[in-house]
Amino acid sequence: MYEISFYIAIALVGIGLWGIISQKNIIKIIISFTLFDTGIHILLMYYGYVKNGKAPIGQVANMVDPVPQAMVLTSIVIGLGVTSVMLFMAYKLYQKTKNLNIDKVEKLKW
Amino acid sequence: MIKNLFFVLMASFLVYISYNFYELNGHHRGQALHSYYANNAIQDLGSQNIVSSIVVSYRGLDTLGEVTILFLSALLVAFMIGLKKEKVKNILTLKESSEILETATSFLTPFITMLALYIVVNGHLSPGGGFQGGAIFATGLIFLMITNINYKIRTIIFKYIESLSGIFYVILGLFGMSLAIGFLNPKILPMGTLGQIMSAGLIPVIYSLVGLKVGTELSLIFYNFKNENK
Repeated sequence: MYEISFYIAIALVGIGLWGIISQKNIIKIIISFTLFDTGIHILLMYYGYVKNGKAPIGQVANMVDPVPQAMVLTSIVIGLGVTSVMLFMAYKLYQKTKNLNIDKVEKLKW
Repeated sequence: MIKNLFFVLMASFLVYISYNFYELNGHHRGQALHSYYANNAIQDLGSQNIVSSIVVSYRGLDTLGEVTILFLSALLVAFMIGLKKEKVKNILTLKESSEILETATSFLTPFITMLALYIVVNGHLSPGGGFQGGAIFATGLIFLMITNINYKIRTIIFKYIESLSGIFYVILGLFGMSLAIGFLNPKILPMGTLGQIMSAGLIPVIYSLVGLKVGTELSLIFYNFKNENK
């Protein structure tokens, strides 16, 4: 049953990439970035899983791999920081140009 | 046209990944890294939660870098607020929230903060740790900021807590170096018995500092977003 998380992860990565490529609204692009992030986190957790494994707390037999969990913990925090900076840039862009559509932003500097 | 082509390429790449990497799950079993952590991590560091012993000790430098990145993004947001402001009228005029909501939040926030403290302090015994507890602490504060529209925090105190906890984190790491057992080695404090609060050497101390830092940083980011136009 846990194999479904693999397909969920691939689907999330796909939706995220599609959104990054095809969307015009910058808020939607940021949402796609976070979806992409989440997909990769689920993928890493899937690779670290062992069938019928136990959580790595204490000395247990048949333990799941703790390294991807630590990595995902790092990655979530970094994703949050990057998302906050992206949102702030979008906010500044809206303040200067009064729209969120990236096709209408023609200057490199604003 | 190019966009569609790129999309087709991307979809085929995803199919390729899902076809080839599906079987990778579980291959790490019995390999050196996994079996080392499974067998020796508890005896090495005396921390019951192996993930936190990896995050704080085995991969301590990575965590230092991660904290630095979070600090950098908070700094960037705070810096861009201070840039030249245009006189933008508040398009969005906020309405006062209702009495029930304000009372409920001010009732709930101490409990949320208590849960955050519990999660941070027990980071080496049970699931949790500095990052998670810090995020929960920030959640409580953000809760207050959303419901009370005129909620003010003293940002200068938050900035001091953030900077001091970061500095102490590095100093504790350097302290291990001066004892010649390595940067960020948690064995500079006594190990204690397994399963007690005061055990695992430096891991709970470092995780508490990380929790303080993450909590204040996240709430400062949100506060800066909220008060941008003021």
